[in-house]
Amino acid sequence: MNLPELQKKLIAAARLQPPDDRVPYAFEKRIMAQLAARSATDHWVFWARGLWRAAAACVAVAVVFGAVSLLKPAAPDNSNDLSQDFENTLLASADLPDNSSPP
Amino acid sequence: MERSEAELIAAVLAGDAASFEPLLAKYSPRVFATARRYARRESEIEDICQEVWLKAFDKLKSFRGEAPFEHWLMRMAVRTCYDFLRGHQRNRVSSFSEISEPEEDWLERFVAEPGNAAEDADAAKMLIDRVLEKLSPEARLIIQLLEIEDRSVKEIAVITGWSVPLVKVRAFRARGEMKKILARITKEKYL
Repeated sequence: MNLPELQKKLIAAARLQPPDDRVPYAFEKRIMAQLAARSATDHWVFWARGLWRAAAACVAVAVVFGAVSLLKPAAPDNSNDLSQDFENTLLASADLPDNSSPP
Repeated sequence: MERSEAELIAAVLAGDAASFEPLLAKYSPRVFATARRYARRESEIEDICQEVWLKAFDKLKSFRGEAPFEHWLMRMAVRTCYDFLRGHQRNRVSSFSEISEPEEDWLERFVAEPGNAAEDADAAKMLIDRVLEKLSPEARLIIQLLEIEDRSVKEIAVITGWSVPLVKVRAFRARGEMKKILARITKEKYL
């Protein structure tokens, strides 16, 4: 069998019959309707995507802080306690002895 | 007055989606003809065309107007068809024992007297469709563009996004693949 000749004949057969270019009824209308429906939902999609991204970022931050607070070793003494220092500073004036009162 | 393509595209990009319809009406026949080269069922053809148009609408911003809109659209159509072929390759591997009687008759005529087997016969068309279906997606795309549509290697490189050497390599492999398939048909039938 002459395979190159067969190949040539079959390719020629394919060339002789160009494909049909018929467009189904109302195809354009269906595509336009889909495009219109898509643009109507686009606003919701925009907000939903933004909110989901924000939620994901919040969860990530919460996980990081949670991990840090769990893994951080507890302070051995209270000397470096920031809250205590803050309270002492704030109440320093109240703790001062009152010199203005009569002896 | 009828608006030019550039005006229609500018209007779509400015937010007037209705201006897309004249483009759809003008080029849908070409998109359907392209899709029918790669898919057989009407439902699949319509799905491909729908995808092409939705992609064209979404990516219209990337159309810079350097080449005609038709070329840009056809490139998108061919790439969508290629994606379709890659997604449907599982149906390719089968025996040729199911070839129809007219196809068998045509092959017998060809074996007896190659000159008497007419290329314009429906059986020849059915047979080439069957052979194309057995090819890998790359080989089918190359045979279709290079041999059947008679496009140049450079054109194919632009359409597919492959480099020129890659197109040449794939064309060489595609011809070999086609020869193997034809050899298998003739072996099954005539040995």
